[in-house]
Amino acid sequence: MKRFFASLFRDIGDIFVSFADGDGRTRLSYLIFGYGQLRRGQLVKGLSYLACELAFIWYMIAFGWKYLSKFSTLGTVETTKQHRVTVYGDNSFLILLFGLLTIILIGIFILAWRMNIRENRREELLLRAGKTLPSNRKVLGSLLDENFDKTLLALPVLGVFIFTVLPILFMICVAFTNYDKSHQSPTNLFTWVGLANFKEILSFGQSDFSSTFLVVLAWTLVWAFFATFLDYFLGMAVAILINKKGIRFKKLWRTILVITIAVPQFVSLLYVYKMFTNDGLVNGYLLKWGLISSPIPFWTNPMLARITIIVVNIWIGIPYMMLIATGLLMNIPEELYESARMDGATAGQMFRHITLPYMLFVTGPFLLTQFTGNLNNFNVIYLLTKGQPQSMNMVGNAGQTDLLVTWLYKMTVTETNYKMAAVIGIMVFIVTAVISLAVYNMLPSVRDEGGFQ
Amino acid sequence: MEKKTASMKKKQRTGNIIAYAVLIVISLIWLFPFFGLIMQSFRSYNPAVEYGGMVDYIIPKTFSLDNYRFLFSGETNFLIWYKNTLIIAVFVSIGQTIFILCVSYALSRMRFKGRTLLMRFWLVLGMFPGFLTMICLYFLLKQFGLTQAGAVPGLILISVASSGMGYYVCKGYFDTLPVALDEAARIDGASRSRIFFTLTIPLSKPIIIYTALVAFMAPWCDYVFASYVAFGHDKSYNVAVALQRWIWTNDYQGYFTRFCAGGILIAVPVTILFLFLQKYYVEGVTGGAVKG
Repeated sequence: MKRFFASLFRDIGDIFVSFADGDGRTRLSYLIFGYGQLRRGQLVKGLSYLACELAFIWYMIAFGWKYLSKFSTLGTVETTKQHRVTVYGDNSFLILLFGLLTIILIGIFILAWRMNIRENRREELLLRAGKTLPSNRKVLGSLLDENFDKTLLALPVLGVFIFTVLPILFMICVAFTNYDKSHQSPTNLFTWVGLANFKEILSFGQSDFSSTFLVVLAWTLVWAFFATFLDYFLGMAVAILINKKGIRFKKLWRTILVITIAVPQFVSLLYVYKMFTNDGLVNGYLLKWGLISSPIPFWTNPMLARITIIVVNIWIGIPYMMLIATGLLMNIPEELYESARMDGATAGQMFRHITLPYMLFVTGPFLLTQFTGNLNNFNVIYLLTKGQPQSMNMVGNAGQTDLLVTWLYKMTVTETNYKMAAVIGIMVFIVTAVISLAVYNMLPSVRDEGGFQ
Repeated sequence: MEKKTASMKKKQRTGNIIAYAVLIVISLIWLFPFFGLIMQSFRSYNPAVEYGGMVDYIIPKTFSLDNYRFLFSGETNFLIWYKNTLIIAVFVSIGQTIFILCVSYALSRMRFKGRTLLMRFWLVLGMFPGFLTMICLYFLLKQFGLTQAGAVPGLILISVASSGMGYYVCKGYFDTLPVALDEAARIDGASRSRIFFTLTIPLSKPIIIYTALVAFMAPWCDYVFASYVAFGHDKSYNVAVALQRWIWTNDYQGYFTRFCAGGILIAVPVTILFLFLQKYYVEGVTGGAVKG
């Protein structure tokens, strides 16, 4: 933080120095982007800076200002009906989205301005030292050579910006508004409400929302724990079993398991869901064989539904873990086992003292990503139960097996309660970030990461 | 001594027998749903014989191709859904592979200002749940006319645009390629782009296949966003959106066997492709897990 401010002050100082020390071309470039570069024959750079400035001015006049000026209220003109014709007023959604975009663009504009000044300063100093500037051809050519990173990253970074960064910022803002069913744009306005939504969800049992949130959060954590560690250890066990000396057709066993990864989940999971319904195969056979007298409510009893989901997830998770463990187990030096056997160690002791520590060390980061992945494991939950069974005690259409993400999805699609969806999204982020940070710094393999390279 | 090895051999044999038994049980459990799926898909749809809904037995009383005939008959848009999904999968696969290769090379081989900042920023972005941004993305797509009727290109755009963030496995692979090769080429006067196209890419066949394969598989299960973007426009559904209605909606009582048949038609080609490229998948997954 301290370093950041130090460099910021140095930068500002530099801007003044560049101006005081600079010639007319540099000084005029403070107003007209690229002027200095153009006068020095740097056509490519000069024109791109100039184009940057003109595009920004055009954007601000055409759209930017219109939305930015209403950003603080998100619109005041209601949509009204006059003589059966709808007269549209302000559209809060557009104001929020484009207002945000404008703020970001202003930031980028200032950055471009700063780069333009630095470029001018650099060129000026080079010329003063009696050196020549690179030709335009060379400047363009550098985009394929020493500046190749800029060429490579341009599209991906732009894509992430438009389709991830901007929408996420937008939704973070929505969490501070009252955008929901009764405040839908364009027919209704919505506006800033401060921390009201967060207060509602964090009031610890005071409101319906917060009690539902606690239940869903608790189940999300329990689910992620079991889904990660059960799969991890069972997958490892299966891998050890297949790797066992004297077992033949190793490839066949692996392939059988791997089919689960290959078949699209929506096919296999929907079929498995149907298998366990009250009129499904499992209950059908159990009834026929007289083992039970009435169908087991696999999906309708909350507790049983949760257990079934975790069990079905083992079916999905083991093959994946088996593949990873197989590759890693072969890396463990055989001598370790040899010497352990000499000392009369049993198979269990060898597993506890050699295999397990090694695997935990190597797969630490993987376990972490698995855990956070399971926190957000939408497909398994949604394709199996859609979060059902429903509960009367929960709001927002939440069911007993809903994770935070599936609840978020329902909130967006069926409830159109966007403000609470945004709040839940932020909560998911906080949970993920806290767990990741806490665990990541404890991982042994992270501490000497440099050792690999 | 001899006695000891004999007893050990015996012990090992019983151990192996148990292991085989466990493996056979596991295999049966893992294959059972697929076996069921295949059996159901061949059940007759003729109401006089059996019907298409759920039944409590697994071997059909009569085998027939009714369900497959139904899917190809044009009564539903099944072929269009299939085509949509295939188009999405192919384009997403190509687009994502290109994006990920570009990002991975830049982050692995080049040192530029803001590199670690970019990586950290993307890591943090990845912690936000993907569905959070759904309404905003929907709106953005709508502005370009890429929803409902235009859902297919819209879904391709969305999947490809942000794919640069998934560079981890591929960058990890590039990190293992010796830097000395690059340096030698640079001394010979090759530019960065030349090295990328003529040196790095040919060496990266396994990771390219892995990336393309993973990207190709994902759209077959894409339910969430596809259903939101294509909402109410039957012709731009993908298979996951269209077929899951047959399971969840009550209007489609008796469509269960048809769902199974459709599922088989989707699963078989994808599974065969996957099994062919299995080697690369395993390499990618294992490498990715170790490096995090």
